[in-house]
Amino acid sequence: MSSYHSIVLVKQVPDTANVTGSAMKEDGTINRAALPTIFNPEDLHALEAALEVKERFGGTVTVVTMGLPKAADVLRDCLYRGADRAILITDRRAAGADTLATSYVLSQAVKTIGDFDFVFCGRQAIDGDTAQTGPQTAEKLGIPQIAYLTEIIDVKDGKATLRRSLGNGWETVSTTLPALVTVVEEANEPRPKAAIKVMRNKHKRVPSEVADPSTLAPEDRLEQWSLDDISADLDRCGLAGSPTKVYRIESIVLKKEGFVEVPATEEGVRNLVAELVKDRALG
Amino acid sequence: MNRKNPEGEVWIFAEQEDGKLQDVVLELCGRARELADKLGVKVGAVLPGRGVADLSKTLFSYGVDKVYVVDDPNLARFTTSPYAHVLQTLIEKYAPQIVLYGATHIGRDLAPRVASATRSGMTADCTDLQIDDVELLDSKTKTKVQYKNLLQQIRPAFGGNIVATIVNPEQWPQMATVREGVFPKGEADETRVGEIVEEKVAIDASLLAVEALERFVEEKKVDLKGARVVVAGGAGVGSKENFKLIFDLANALGGAVGASRAAVDGGFVDSHDYQIGQTGTTVRPALYVACGISGAIQHRAGMQDSAKIIAINTDPDAPIFSVAHYGIVGDLNQVIPAMIKAVKERVVD
Ligand SMILES: Cc1cc2nc3c(=O)[nH]c(=O)nc-3n(C[C@H](O)[C@H](O)[C@H](O)COP(=O)(O)OP(=O)(O)OC[C@H]3O[C@@H](n4cnc5c(N)ncnc54)[C@H](O)[C@@H]3O)c2cc1C
Ligand SMILES: Cc1cc2nc3c(=O)[nH]c(=O)nc-3n(C[C@H](O)[C@H](O)[C@H](O)COP(=O)(O)OP(=O)(O)OC[C@H]3O[C@@H](n4cnc5c(N)ncnc54)[C@H](O)[C@@H]3O)c2cc1C
Repeated sequence: MSSYHSIVLVKQVPDTANVTGSAMKEDGTINRAALPTIFNPEDLHALEAALEVKERFGGTVTVVTMGLPKAADVLRDCLYRGADRAILITDRRAAGADTLATSYVLSQAVKTIGDFDFVFCGRQAIDGDTAQTGPQTAEKLGIPQIAYLTEIIDVKDGKATLRRSLGNGWETVSTTLPALVTVVEEANEPRPKAAIKVMRNKHKRVPSEVADPSTLAPEDRLEQWSLDDISADLDRCGLAGSPTKVYRIESIVLKKEGFVEVPATEEGVRNLVAELVKDRALG
Repeated sequence: MNRKNPEGEVWIFAEQEDGKLQDVVLELCGRARELADKLGVKVGAVLPGRGVADLSKTLFSYGVDKVYVVDDPNLARFTTSPYAHVLQTLIEKYAPQIVLYGATHIGRDLAPRVASATRSGMTADCTDLQIDDVELLDSKTKTKVQYKNLLQQIRPAFGGNIVATIVNPEQWPQMATVREGVFPKGEADETRVGEIVEEKVAIDASLLAVEALERFVEEKKVDLKGARVVVAGGAGVGSKENFKLIFDLANALGGAVGASRAAVDGGFVDSHDYQIGQTGTTVRPALYVACGISGAIQHRAGMQDSAKIIAINTDPDAPIFSVAHYGIVGDLNQVIPAMIKAVKERVVD
C-alpha cells in the first residue's frame, strides 16, 4: 500500500443550532459562555474522509485546530475516532482573527507539519458561517482546492479522482496532489468513537489545560504550538492581520410588533382574502 | 497588496454557466449601480468564459458601464484556480474599490481564494450592502478614526442568530458575496450601452491541476424566486398526502409551493428545491402563506422580507407570528379549505 498523509482542520464551535433564551444576555447579545461547544458538524465529515483515505489507500491522519486550550476537546475526539496525531495552535496573539488571518495561521501550521497529500476541511463552520477558511488556506499553500466533496472515487499515482456537489448536480474531477478538499455532509457517515481509543487517549492534555504542565507524563501530552512554533509573521495574525472589522452586531430578537389576528372562521378567511385583493397582494 | 483606490470602480463577477448569466448577477447589477452612483464611479463586470462576450449587452441593460471580457478556452468551464487568477490579475491592474460575487456554489468557492491572493477582506453571504461613513477605534493607537464612504456589509452569522455589520477599512477591494434573491432584479433597459474591454490573461499549466471529467446537472424543478405568491407548508401539515392541501391552495392563488426543512426532511415534497430558508431559497414574494410552520430563525431568514405574510398555526406562541402581518390561530386542515373556497368565490364574483 502507498502512504498518503492527510491533515484535517477542525474547529470547536458553540452549538448555534440550539440558541435559546438563556443564551441571550440582557443587552441582547449572545452569551457564548452559556452555549455548549461542539465539534463543528462538517469537520466530522472531513475527518471521516481522511480516515477513509487512510483505510482504502494507506497513510496517516494529522488533525489541527486553532483555538483556546479548551479546543483540545475536539482533538481528543479525533483521536477516539482514529486520527494518529493531533496539534493545538493556541496563542493570545491569534485572537480576533478573521478568515484571512485564520487561514494564514492554519497554512503556516500545515507547512510546519509538512509532507502532506491532502488537507481536509469542513465546508463551513456553524458560528462564523463564512466557508472562506478552506479556499483561503489552499491559496496560501499554493495548492488546488476542491470544494464540496461528496465522494472519494480513487487515489492513485499522486492523483485523486473526486466527486463534488454543484448544488444542482455533481461533477467528477481529477486533481494532482497535494490538494485541499472541503467536505459536505453527504460525503460520508462519521464513525463513532472507538472504546479502546477512548481508553487510550482520554487522559491526554495539552500543557495549557493543566495547572502544572511539568506534571504531565510524556505519553499523556498533546502537542501545543504557539505562533512562534509555526514561524508566523505576527502582522498577519489575529486582530492585526484581519482586514475585516465587525462594526456592529445585533441579535435577532423577535420583533414583538402586532399583527392582524384573523379569526379561523369562514367569514374571517373570506374578509382576509377580500383585503388582500384590495391591497393587490392577490389577483 | 493592493492600493486603496477611492476612485476605483464597483465590480461584479459576471458568473455564467453554459452561456447563461446567473440571476444573482443581474440582481447585483442593480445594487452595484446604486452603490456606484453614490460613490460617483462606474460599474464594471468581469466576464470570464469562452465565447460569452455577447452577454455584455445584457449586463449593460441592467446597469453595468464596462464589461471586462476574458475569453479563453481554459475558461469554458469554471475551475477555481484559472478563474481566481483572472480576477486577481484584473483587480491588481484596475484596483476596483468593491468586488461583489453571487453567493452561489461557484462564488463561494472562488471569492475567498481571490481575497486571499489579493490579501483583501471578504464578507460572506451578505443580506444588505450600504455605503456610509464609519468611525472605528484603532486597536493599536486607541484613537477613533473616521472613514468616508465605506461599504457596510450586513450579514447573518452564528447560525442566523445575529446580524453583523462588517467593514473593511484598509485592505481593499472590499469584497462580498450576496445570496440569490436578496436584491430585487431591476428592469432591463435595452437602450443602455457600455464599453467592452477585452483582456488577455495568461493561464499557465500550473493552474490547470484540476480537470473536470464528468458532470451531471439537473434543471431546477421549482421556480420559487419568480413567484408572486408562495404557499409554504411545514411539519404541521403532517404527511405527504396531506401536503396536497398546500398544492391546492397554491393553485387557487396562482402561486408556487414552498416547504420548511422539516417538511423536506419528512419527505412531504420530493425535492430540496422546495426548501425556503437559510439553507434553501430566499424568497420575497408579494404574498407568503406559512402553513404549519413554527418559524425557526433559519426559516424566517428565507422569507421575512416578503411584502405580506400570512401565518396559519395552531400554536398562538409560534415564532412565525412575530414576522406575520396576518395571523390565523387555527388548524390548517380547516383554514386552508376555507381559504380555497373564499378565493374561488372571489373569482366567480
Ligand atoms: C459575527 C461574525 C461575523 C464574521 N464575519 C466574517 C466575515 O464576513 N469575514 C471574515 O473574514 N471573517 C468573519 N468572521 C470571523 C470568522 O468567523 C473567523 O475568522 C473564524 O476563525 C473562521 O471563520 P468561520 O467560522 O467562518 O469558518 P469557515 O470558513 O466557515 O470554516 C470552514 C472550515 O475551515 C476550518 N476552520 C475554520 N476555522 C478553524 C480553526 N480555528 N481551526 C481549524 N480549522 C478551522 C474548518 O475545517 C471549517 O469547517 C466573523 C465572525 C463573527 C463572530
Ligand atoms: C444550520 C441549519 C440550517 C437550517 N436551514 C433551514 C432552512 O433553510 N429552512 C427551514 O425551513 N429550516 C431550516 N432549518 C431547520 C429549522 O431550524 C427548523 O427545524 C425547521 O424550519 C422547522 O420546520 P417546521 O416549522 O416545519 O417544523 P416545526 O418546528 O415542527 O413546526 C411545526 C409547526 O406546525 C404547527 N402545527 C401543527 N399542527 C398544525 C395544524 N394542524 N395546523 C396548523 N399548524 C399546525 C405547530 O404548532 C408548529 O408550530 C435549519 C436548521 C439548521 C440547524
